[in-house]
Amino acid sequence: MSDSLLRLGIKRGCLVAAFALTLATTALPPSPAVAKGVYFPESFTLANGLQVVVVTNRRVPVVSHMLWYKVGGYDCPPTKSGIAHFLEHLMFKGTPSVGPGDFSKIVARNGGRDNAFTSFDYTAYFQNVARDRLELVMGMEADRMVNLRLTDALVYPERDVVMEERRQRTDDLPGDRLSEQLEATVFVNHPYGTPVIGWEHEIKGLTREDAEAFYRTWYAPNNAILVVSGDIDAAELRPLAEKTYGAIPARAVPERLRFEVPALTAERRIILHDSEIREPSVVREVLAPSYTHGDSDQAYALEVLTEIMSGGPTGRLNRSLVVDQRIAVSAGLSYNPTTRGAATLEVQATPVPGGEIGKTELALTAEIDTLLKDGVTDEEVATAKKRMLAAAVYARDSLQGPAYAIGMALATGRTIDDIESWPDRIAAVTTTAVNAAARAVLGAQGGVTGQLLPADATTAKGE
Amino acid sequence: MVNARTVRRLVSALALVAASAALPLRTAEALEIQRVVSPGGIEAWLVEDHKVPVIAVEFSFAGGASADPADKSGLANLTSDLLDEGAGDLDSQAYAKRLQDDASSVLFQVGPDTLYGGLRTLSEHQDSAWELMALALARPRFDADAVERVRAAVISEIRQSDSDPSKVARKAFYAQIFAGHPYSRDELGSVDSVSRLTADDLRGYVAANFCRDRLLVSVTGDIAPSALAPALDRLFGALPTSCPPLVVAETEPQHSGETLVMRRPMTQSILLLGEPGVKRADPDWFPAYVMNYVLGGGGFSSRLTEEVREKRGLTYGVYSYLYPYDRAALIIVNGSTKNAKAGEALALIKSEWARMAAGGITEKELADAKTYLTGSFPLQFSSSSATARLVLQVRRDNLGIDYLNRRNGLIEAVTLADVARVAKRLLDPAKFTTLVLGQPEGVATTP
Repeated sequence: MSDSLLRLGIKRGCLVAAFALTLATTALPPSPAVAKGVYFPESFTLANGLQVVVVTNRRVPVVSHMLWYKVGGYDCPPTKSGIAHFLEHLMFKGTPSVGPGDFSKIVARNGGRDNAFTSFDYTAYFQNVARDRLELVMGMEADRMVNLRLTDALVYPERDVVMEERRQRTDDLPGDRLSEQLEATVFVNHPYGTPVIGWEHEIKGLTREDAEAFYRTWYAPNNAILVVSGDIDAAELRPLAEKTYGAIPARAVPERLRFEVPALTAERRIILHDSEIREPSVVREVLAPSYTHGDSDQAYALEVLTEIMSGGPTGRLNRSLVVDQRIAVSAGLSYNPTTRGAATLEVQATPVPGGEIGKTELALTAEIDTLLKDGVTDEEVATAKKRMLAAAVYARDSLQGPAYAIGMALATGRTIDDIESWPDRIAAVTTTAVNAAARAVLGAQGGVTGQLLPADATTAKGE
Repeated sequence: MVNARTVRRLVSALALVAASAALPLRTAEALEIQRVVSPGGIEAWLVEDHKVPVIAVEFSFAGGASADPADKSGLANLTSDLLDEGAGDLDSQAYAKRLQDDASSVLFQVGPDTLYGGLRTLSEHQDSAWELMALALARPRFDADAVERVRAAVISEIRQSDSDPSKVARKAFYAQIFAGHPYSRDELGSVDSVSRLTADDLRGYVAANFCRDRLLVSVTGDIAPSALAPALDRLFGALPTSCPPLVVAETEPQHSGETLVMRRPMTQSILLLGEPGVKRADPDWFPAYVMNYVLGGGGFSSRLTEEVREKRGLTYGVYSYLYPYDRAALIIVNGSTKNAKAGEALALIKSEWARMAAGGITEKELADAKTYLTGSFPLQFSSSSATARLVLQVRRDNLGIDYLNRRNGLIEAVTLADVARVAKRLLDPAKFTTLVLGQPEGVATTP
């Protein structure tokens, strides 16, 4: 779900690492010693509606400049899946002031690194640069918010690049194909069921006009959030923001549609066989509340549950399936509440070599049944909360991490108060709340189980 | 509209100097590295920084996967995976619980020439962290149940990597280009070799490799030299002074123009090409570094990306890398394209290779490479651990404690003639060792 697509892809390892770090930091804010706050940001809003957030970190004289648009794969029109992501690629194709393909070259020439990524809920563009080059990149980012110029000669080779991206990142990786089809099964009647990169047959039909229409509809200062972290504060940033983004007038932007997954009570199973799979695996996914969708109080309880079930080697699932029973080489539970629509909670396991997938799935199910029946203990909750709050200090030990976490949160409908009160919210979670949330989410009917199996394996029923 | 005028002005000025000085450049006071020597004689390089209450320790022991005995490949890796699975009086779960309760983490990782260790802790829990890391190095338990559990995980990882085309391609490529040398082997080892390793093998690895004459240490974060000195003895003081010398041969990568096509049911073909590169200690390192940036290292500023991706839409990514080992050096190209275009993409890569070998780079390319490579250097100091790793690499490469301050000057000194010379010396598209994985059209295995 937080399936973000980086324009350059996995080979720019630093980006992937930075992103992974953010996912971790989203769940792990501040110090218990500092009772309040996580990132201690400053914030202001320009007259045209652009929200601006600053996190000061003066370790080295560099800044991370990120512009987040509140639009993504969620908002693609029918039959136009992938258009949000395709437009993200095309945003590098130039304006009357910056030639085709020159954006990244100018950033590089100034000692900076840039990239962009698209998710369901947002599309973000960023540059990491020396602080004295910040105004340059702000000017260029503001310029392409309104002045993008596309021609067929620029657009259609880039569509081929996106097709290669899909082949490389999904089509040739059986595990990723299963994930794509799992989401399509979980998110019925909902855009999260359609991959951000788009379905192959629809990517092939995307046009320059489609991209231009999407751009004109959604790219506006009042539909964006600017986050800058590093060697700068709000007083220093404000005049630069006024001068660059401030000159762009606000524009009417449509309300985003609200899709909901209907109540589906049937258990569903999907099986992907692939000749290249050597080790099978099983995953079960259920819908869950997010920070801003459904019973959002439960989101904090589910984060504590995640730490209890899956926090390091001592997490319940690892201890039981991997250490005690020796039935799996890995077992875990994952949950990302930073989504604008419904979130999901997943449990997964990979059998030991030669192990039966059916037995592993049964052991996983048994562990969940025990959780639902007996609940978690007060001691488990206290330990989990203590670890989560202590580890939160690391979130500030990073240049770009805070900008990612804040951008993602604000783009999915949270407020700065929400982000900064995370420690209080976690500290307030009770054992009763964890057990109630676990039962509401994992005890409900209608999940989807996926198995990834070798070509010749027989389907193994877990129940 | 907007500030299009400002933008144009900056762009046309190549923006070496920002037009407005609203945010003046701070004198980039380079990071200060302090040499700290413990009472027991352990040396660490420290970047002291008290802004966040975090301490990162990074260290390495020379002798990684390439030093595994021929019949015990995967030994260094299995050992590294088991170091934090119980030590001293603490079994695996007790050890993990202590770390997790402190929000500390330890990490061991094996490379071709090195075993790396990392420790990250909050300053308030440093005492406990020193104790746990010291135990892992001096008194790892290698309990039978932990060995079997981690062995199963490694075997599963080896088998799972067979499902990842990029890993399959890399493994086959190194097997081919380093045939006959330990660098040809995968660091994880094979299912067969890992199945045969014993707890005695693991103890033997520790005894033969964890010595002070193999050790390098760097530290970043919330700790003063006076506190670090005794901590170094607690961490590493129990290690023996010296280990037997490493015996790994120097080697020259294959470069006879061989192409190997591995058929696999895929929509794309993965391309890997390589030939001898430059070692880190080579006097031509920086000219080669600048050349590689222009050729294929510089993302959207590179010639390969321009020709293969931007102009023709043939790939999502094509990159070249310098890959210096301790006992060999490679320059590599990696990319992927749909099967029907594999031959065309390979031909484009080789033609860029030949163009660089014949003509080097232009004055503008040299200037752009220098402003990127010097200007982006501070971006690498993105966290305590990242900074400590960078400083450790400076030590590994024997570059001197003042290197961080000298480094940009070394890049500025590179000339067009330097790049042309190194391009001519290194690049020969007729000598590439090439591996193609997929169902490529227009490429065949050389007879």
